[in-house]
Amino acid sequence: MTNELDLNTLSDDELVEQMHDDLYDGLKDEIEEGVRILLGRGWKPYEVLTKSLVAGMQIVGADFRDGILFVPEVLMSAGAMKGGMAILRPLLAETGAPKIGKMVIGTVKGDIHDIGKNLVTMMLEGAGFEVIDLGINNAVEKYLAAIEEHQPDIIGLSALLTTTMPYMKVVIDTLKEKGIRSDYIVLVGGAPLNEAFAESIGADAYCRDAAVAVETAKSFMARRQGSILAREVA
Amino acid sequence: MAGPTMIPTPPETPEPPRTLVVACGALAREFLLLKELNGWDHMSIVCLPAKLHNRPERIPEAVRAKIRKERSAYDRVLCLYGDCGTGGLLDKVLAEEGVERIEGAHCYEFFLGSEEFTALADDDPATFFLTDYLVRHFDSLIIKGLGLDRFPQLLETYFGNYTQVVFLAQVPDPALVAKAERAAARLGLPLVVRQTGLRGMERFLARPA
Repeated sequence: MTNELDLNTLSDDELVEQMHDDLYDGLKDEIEEGVRILLGRGWKPYEVLTKSLVAGMQIVGADFRDGILFVPEVLMSAGAMKGGMAILRPLLAETGAPKIGKMVIGTVKGDIHDIGKNLVTMMLEGAGFEVIDLGINNAVEKYLAAIEEHQPDIIGLSALLTTTMPYMKVVIDTLKEKGIRSDYIVLVGGAPLNEAFAESIGADAYCRDAAVAVETAKSFMARRQGSILAREVA
Repeated sequence: MAGPTMIPTPPETPEPPRTLVVACGALAREFLLLKELNGWDHMSIVCLPAKLHNRPERIPEAVRAKIRKERSAYDRVLCLYGDCGTGGLLDKVLAEEGVERIEGAHCYEFFLGSEEFTALADDDPATFFLTDYLVRHFDSLIIKGLGLDRFPQLLETYFGNYTQVVFLAQVPDPALVAKAERAAARLGLPLVVRQTGLRGMERFLARPA
């Protein structure tokens, strides 16, 4: 006899609650199964994303910030969410889920660390952003090419090392030289960074963690859309 | 008649300044070795736990607290820390406290020397560094510290982008090299061993006040 819970027997509300628990515990297979069940019951992909995955990761994020969860546990949760996202991503594109904005993100030249960046990417996708992830070790030319190709609203720069974080200034200074700095919101993040550094290099904001990155990106987009709307009305 | 003879007295050798070294716990053993080899009886060390590296934002104020607690008994205070991911905040605190720090972003840099470290980082940024301390405490700091004992499936997440492990060996020790080989194998990466000695640290500590 097995004590394993059959997710199919749960009501929608119970299943969503169970998925929050499974996400917290980093159970990728269960999350994938839960996503498929909800889709099978006629849920829209965007609803599955926001009510089960994003809401579940918000609990994980809050407990991480409060020191209840640590990096390994968060990474396991993120891995579980990634499994669910892989199912939902193509469906979200097909069903025209709302898009808040577009971001080009990458770890800067000389740096191969991407754990924080990957978390930010996934949480932003979950929040309705289209994210173009350039990966690791990106020279300024790669950012420029991606900006030209994708025309993002936001540029995200990530670095884990004291020795590589100065390269963020190289990217921002290049945007200034080309006269396009004010066309984009520039967010920076990474363990050795702080607000003073972000200000000193001319970034728009420093994002301490993935949850802050999402809130900051949303807030800048709201202001940007507000100002566009204001211009149109005027 | 000759006047009184003055017997010249030898010039006094000034006592070296009583020096406190505020250091990362990962460097304590190396400091004590240098102290013994050089006869630095005027020097003492006080350490902060090496695990503070997991929360670098806490290092600057922890260093400041240690300096303030101990400095009244010393003529001079030195700091044996890299920037260690504090993003310049440690240097800001040290400037406020008037304390000099060894140059370098990480201990890897002052073990290897800035020029070599930069060349190596430029040549292959996907290098994971080990020191004598990290090799000795590999299981507790790396395996358990990153949760790989509980979640071995995270190995790829943490180390998937690395291409090599470089062991910066401070003191020749075949047993540590063997342990470094096992550590690199556990990470699934090739190992390169570089003997660095302790010259960078020694030069800094021997520098006149």
